[in-house]
Amino acid sequence: MNTFNYNQALTVDDALASVYAHPDAKYLGGGTNLIDLMKMGVEHPTALVDVTRLPLTRIEEYWGGLRLGAMARNSAVAIHALVRRRYPVLAQALLAGASPQIRNMATVAGNLLQRTRCYYFYDPSYRECNKRNPGSGCAALTGNNRIHSVLGGSDHCIATHPSDMAVALTALGATVQVKDANEERSIPIADFYRMPGNTPHIETSLKAEELITSVDLPAPPGGTAHYLKVRDRNSFAFALVSVAAIVELDDRKRIRSARVALGGVAPMPWRSLEAEQVLTGGEPTEATYRKAADILMQDAKPLRFNGFKVELARRGIVRALTTAAELN
Amino acid sequence: MNAENEHSDNQRDPTRRTFIEAAVLISGAAITTPVLEAQTEQALPGLRRFSLTINQVRHDLDLEPKVTLLDLLRERLQLTGTKKGCDHGQCGACTVIADGERIVSCLALAVCYEGVDIVTIEGLERGGQLHPMQAAFLEQDGFQCGFCTPGQICSAIAMLGEAKKGMPSAVAHSVSPAEPVELTEPEIRERMSGNICRCGAYPNIVAAIRATERS
Repeated sequence: MNTFNYNQALTVDDALASVYAHPDAKYLGGGTNLIDLMKMGVEHPTALVDVTRLPLTRIEEYWGGLRLGAMARNSAVAIHALVRRRYPVLAQALLAGASPQIRNMATVAGNLLQRTRCYYFYDPSYRECNKRNPGSGCAALTGNNRIHSVLGGSDHCIATHPSDMAVALTALGATVQVKDANEERSIPIADFYRMPGNTPHIETSLKAEELITSVDLPAPPGGTAHYLKVRDRNSFAFALVSVAAIVELDDRKRIRSARVALGGVAPMPWRSLEAEQVLTGGEPTEATYRKAADILMQDAKPLRFNGFKVELARRGIVRALTTAAELN
Repeated sequence: MNAENEHSDNQRDPTRRTFIEAAVLISGAAITTPVLEAQTEQALPGLRRFSLTINQVRHDLDLEPKVTLLDLLRERLQLTGTKKGCDHGQCGACTVIADGERIVSCLALAVCYEGVDIVTIEGLERGGQLHPMQAAFLEQDGFQCGFCTPGQICSAIAMLGEAKKGMPSAVAHSVSPAEPVELTEPEIRERMSGNICRCGAYPNIVAAIRATERS
């Protein structure tokens, strides 16, 4: 690991000033991804600004919804009574992610900003990685691409976003609150991540010095929810496919509203309003769910080793919607 | 009190462990001193002075910020009970307890933990008595090679604390706060999935945890 300057910030202004003072500085949350990337030689910031002591750890009611402080630990969010009662899909997604030790360390903001676990990105002995080394190519396109994207990838990058939490936040329509020296702004989660295109090293719409201060959840949607995660082993593994499903039935047992977001299949959590419109007003049956699944996966471009994800995702969507609806 | 004083307090009998610790202390001093001690402060800009509380003992340190809590424990403080397995947060061998919560010390920069109460496997005994979880691992034969055991034990102790606070799990029927935590075998296995045992001693690890929970 390279040497770096370390500053523990106690106020947001202090954190911003520290980052403005060092051109290659990075904010440090729980460190569960950034420290690992520094050990691997993927990241080499000249300065780390520890933001875990900022007064941004509260989880509180906010405009009919819930505000998750950016520095709240993943475990603190997962155990919180209001999260479990009103946004169970978020608690489920968090508990499906990582290990208990890592959930005790990782923060809300750090979870959003974690990097892909693409083998070729993570290992600098591969020169080709457009995320790590812009313009160098993508080793995964012709390499072992079993865990990679079937949706939203480009000729420059096919990495997936690894977060489970972000998939639930996408289904819930969260917004990300950020601040720099000039302004505070809200970024809807749907606009937070960027498609790789020909600039896969730019992963979010954050500006260089911007600090995430909270993630805000709107009032909870009606209905019941389920988070399904399919992976190579039953626990402590990244998703091959994950599905956050929320279904609300009306008095006649038809679908009043539904939301579906996918993880493990794309460079960002994947949601299709068209698929959700197909569900709305439909019977809560496998045929209806299958129609939505077909729409969600209609643009899938499988590669040599990840074709299995297309049908796995379709079946996962059907199963997650079925499970969610049965809880109504 | 400095690390060396604390260390000698603990040397009550000449077991294999204390012999190894003493040997590491001697060689460790020779190896680590040029890198870590304050005399090189000039050569290494950005050395940081801070203190950490580990097993109720305060340690005043001069460290590079890049030193992980795991490397501090093992290489500088000779607290070698905490093991380095993967060094990437994937195996759990380095699990310690920070303010009552289990963390992987390999992904923790020591400098970030000032003011946090750290407990390692060496800090679990009370007055020469093993912690009930340690005793249960012996009783239930909860290990084979023993390399993952300190991490398993620290993890298991903190896991019981999480369960007592009502932490749900991915295998729970529901995450509703009304749903009581019941530490069935699948629940224990899910809650301990951050600790890998390559010997496969899992059945007896689960038995040791269940025995501790019942007592």
